[in-house]
Amino acid sequence: MIVVVLPAHLRTLARVQGDVELDVAAPVTVRSVLDALEARYPMLRGTIRDHVTLQRRPFLRFFACEEDLSLEPPDTPLPEVIVSGKEPFFIIGAIAGG
Amino acid sequence: MSTARVLVGTKKGAFILTADGKRQKWDVSGPHFAGWEMYHLKGSLVNPNRIYASQTSGWFGQIIQRSDDGGKTWFQPGTPPGEEKGPGGMPMGESNKFVYDASPETGKPLTTHQWYDGTQHPWEFKRVWHLEPSLTEADTVYAGVEDAALFVSRDGGQNWKELPGMRGHGTGPKWGPGAGGMGLHTILLDPKNHNRMYIAISAAGAFRTDDAGKTWKPINKGLHSTYIPDPDAEIGHCVHRIALHPSRPDVLFMQKHWDVLRTDNAGDQWREVSGNLPTDFGFVIDVHAHEPETIYVVPIKSDGEHFPLEGKLRVYRSRTGGNEWEALTKGLPQHDCYVNVLRDAMAVDSFDPCGVYFGTTGGQVYASADDGDSWAPIVRDLPAVYSVEVQTIP
Repeated sequence: MIVVVLPAHLRTLARVQGDVELDVAAPVTVRSVLDALEARYPMLRGTIRDHVTLQRRPFLRFFACEEDLSLEPPDTPLPEVIVSGKEPFFIIGAIAGG
Repeated sequence: MSTARVLVGTKKGAFILTADGKRQKWDVSGPHFAGWEMYHLKGSLVNPNRIYASQTSGWFGQIIQRSDDGGKTWFQPGTPPGEEKGPGGMPMGESNKFVYDASPETGKPLTTHQWYDGTQHPWEFKRVWHLEPSLTEADTVYAGVEDAALFVSRDGGQNWKELPGMRGHGTGPKWGPGAGGMGLHTILLDPKNHNRMYIAISAAGAFRTDDAGKTWKPINKGLHSTYIPDPDAEIGHCVHRIALHPSRPDVLFMQKHWDVLRTDNAGDQWREVSGNLPTDFGFVIDVHAHEPETIYVVPIKSDGEHFPLEGKLRVYRSRTGGNEWEALTKGLPQHDCYVNVLRDAMAVDSFDPCGVYFGTTGGQVYASADDGDSWAPIVRDLPAVYSVEVQTIP
């Protein structure tokens, strides 16, 4: 069970409160987690990555185990503690502006 | 009992204001979609409880929302109310998907426009500026987007398809973004000729189709813009807003970057009607619901100073279709007022006398229930107002 932490605005869009729990088949990667998230909550399609290119939106980043995975290839396997659900996978909105 | 319902899009959410036909006491609901930029909300004339909304964010992109109960509840089209997810007929989130037509037949030559430095730049979707529901089909709605293009949905906003004849009619590579981006911000549907439609783009100009969006032509003759290399060019004018009266759709009124203009032949030729306006810069323009020659503008000092002259917020009304203007000041701040009124932030209702509404970047929505003779704020501390629409519900 993968635990995903969404930004507040995306929790509102998905109509969920708190963290999201997803079953994701191995290998668990950023791409497979996002695929599962969008399949479960299709209203989020296009809000995290582009509809067509599947590129990460510029002001969002992906973190796991205090590491920024945003620039890693999307098929890189995620750490075991993420796969086991001991640590969450974070989708974070950039603090932008001033 | 008849109802006036004002739909307000702001920088940080949407608000819905309702009153009875007297339009004296207003209820405010919202914020809906708190924290999101709400560029525009508009209801269907066919089904007034059907409201479309453009919800957008620099972080999360474009969302289309829809209400079928007059704004009480909302959902993304394709995601039925109360069904966040569902096996089988799972909604697929297509309502957020605006993809330019890149088909070899119609899209391939249309992939670049002029960038700020004069080079060619690919079209990149950013947001929906304006939603225009069909006058005859509740499930049909048009979307004007940035970078400028026209999309249509014929299934209530679930799926969107570009009308590529607009972007691809030939002048596209000459279009360039204005300071606020290259948005298609105005969509006018001709109530007498359903094949005719007008749109306007900053900073390309105005365009017309006479075959339901298949082909388009620029309609900018008579526009004179000294800030572009050829002031009388066919393309490149910064049109801020166009308005028409439904009884006379060949007559259009335009607020351009500078200049207020009119055409009496569906845009084939424009003439300036700024007349005695203290400044003819501005964004909004609208037409009285029952008097086709009565029009309203809110003059703004200049392109460098987006606020009213002398700190006095004044609506100007012409009862002669332009040239002769009178200042309407009763109930509006006449000192120390430095707000702006953005292009989609004025509307009129269909009551008699006609109600006129506009919103400011300072968060006020002002209303007049007497043709503009007097004004009062019906809400005054919202986030910056992007858009105002009003529904007159019998």
